[in-house]
Amino acid sequence: MNDERRFQKRTIFLLLYILFALLPIYWMINMSFKTNEEILSSFSFFPQQFTWANYVRIFTDESWYSGYINSLIYVAINTVISLAVALPAAYAFSRYSFLGDKHVFFWLLTNRMTPPAVFLLPFFQLYSTVGLMDTHLGVALAHLLFNVPLAVWILEGFMSGIPREIDETAYIDGYSFPRFFVRIFLPLIKAGVGVAAFFCFMFSWVELLLARTLTSVNAKPIVATMTRTVSASGMDWATLAAAGVLTIVPGAIVIWFVRHYIAKGFAMGRV
Amino acid sequence: MSTTTKPVNQKAWFLILPVLVCVAFSAIVPLMTVVNYSVQDIISPERRVFVGTEWFAAMMRDDELHGALLRQLGFSFSVLLVEIPLGIALALSMPAKGWKSSAVLVVIALSLLIPWNVVGTIWQIYGRADIGLLGYTLQRLGIDYSYTGSATDAWLTVLVMDVWHWTPLVALLGFAGLRSIPDAYYQAARIDGASKFAVFRYIQLPKMRGVLMIAVLLRFMDSFMIYTEPFVLTGGGPGNATTFLSQYLTQKAVGQFDLGPAAAFSLIYFLIILLLCFVLYNWMQRVGTQKVEVEQ
Repeated sequence: MNDERRFQKRTIFLLLYILFALLPIYWMINMSFKTNEEILSSFSFFPQQFTWANYVRIFTDESWYSGYINSLIYVAINTVISLAVALPAAYAFSRYSFLGDKHVFFWLLTNRMTPPAVFLLPFFQLYSTVGLMDTHLGVALAHLLFNVPLAVWILEGFMSGIPREIDETAYIDGYSFPRFFVRIFLPLIKAGVGVAAFFCFMFSWVELLLARTLTSVNAKPIVATMTRTVSASGMDWATLAAAGVLTIVPGAIVIWFVRHYIAKGFAMGRV
Repeated sequence: MSTTTKPVNQKAWFLILPVLVCVAFSAIVPLMTVVNYSVQDIISPERRVFVGTEWFAAMMRDDELHGALLRQLGFSFSVLLVEIPLGIALALSMPAKGWKSSAVLVVIALSLLIPWNVVGTIWQIYGRADIGLLGYTLQRLGIDYSYTGSATDAWLTVLVMDVWHWTPLVALLGFAGLRSIPDAYYQAARIDGASKFAVFRYIQLPKMRGVLMIAVLLRFMDSFMIYTEPFVLTGGGPGNATTFLSQYLTQKAVGQFDLGPAAAFSLIYFLIILLLCFVLYNWMQRVGTQKVEVEQ
């Protein structure tokens, strides 16, 4: 009975937190189906005059929907590059010791600690000089700054959980390093790759400061498009809410795919 | 990195070369630009004067910077104080198996995937007394709440927003740590008649140490760099109640275009974070190993 009561306490706590977590999001969804007049004139838990107009506006106006496409493109490029360069590096850190390995590892992590605001101006100048301004690749490269160190960190943890005997056996069996890595090693750390990809996607998707600074028209991300609406005179709350709801969708889909890995994954990692 | 002896192989440098190239391009070149600016007075693109450490001295004496730093420290430690215990409590309450576990995981992780300025927007709407649920409810309860008018309200709103936004990270990491505990540990504890608290203190907490260390470090770094959410929600105001270091820096560099002082400030800022993280990292590693010794 004691156990049961404790169980109930936990469930209530959890439900309260979920309420706290979901209410602000629900409120935005609620507003995204209202008209601006209704938002400003009345207060209700459900839209009284239900409308899809805000979503229709976003999907038909190119300046809106191109923002989503731009964001998805540079996030995808960033995730692929991050994983491609982080995988061999994480393998090196987890398997070998070499001159300066610990220092390089810590140096990588320091990049995760650099406030993007510090690099705003130099980034602007550097990327203008090499012609990467307002390109998807430019934003993707800038986001490597914080995603690569994180990917190396996560992957290194997962790889260290795989016994080194597996490598040695494969080499004795005559596998070359690339073949061993792709055929045997990668499948073993699938969960780690999933978790690392999840975090790269997430941090690139949610970042605003660098993405906004490095783009103007062609690669303008949705997050920057939204700030434009914020600063416009006479708040367009309804469109803003609808745009906000749509930015949550890709993330929600990604979470759904990695939901098993999140829990299992970390547990296998650097615990 | 693990401490077991690894074979020495200098060729491993080739494997980390791609990472070095990528990160060096985005880190070392900009960092050197910042260093370059920090020792010059840039009057116009053609006219630059070397001023040595003048900007550093000026920034160190800057009262606004001191204010921003104190607010930042207060905010970051409040964030840790609330989010770490709350995240641990959540991790302990989450169902371990079945569809409920998946559903709770997805719901809890949701706030992490929301772009940071949308987080600001959500709370901007949510906290408004005329159209937002939170602001409206508080007004109805007779509390004079306004995140644009009162400094305390603005600060608390930014804190609650950060708790809402980032506690899930701590919870997910903690949850992952808990899942790595074999059932045998719990069975042994039951046979010994250990209390719930003892199970938490001697089994669950030590097993979560690794992931919690990551959580504390990540939360500390990220809250120390917070920019976008308060920028959207309060714009640093009212007054400068929510002007944290990043806000102040961006105001200086972009708003006033004071390149020299802004660059000097950037370097000081970076060094502060580095130093605090280094201390925190070492301290937590020491605490962790001591705990293990006590158990044995």
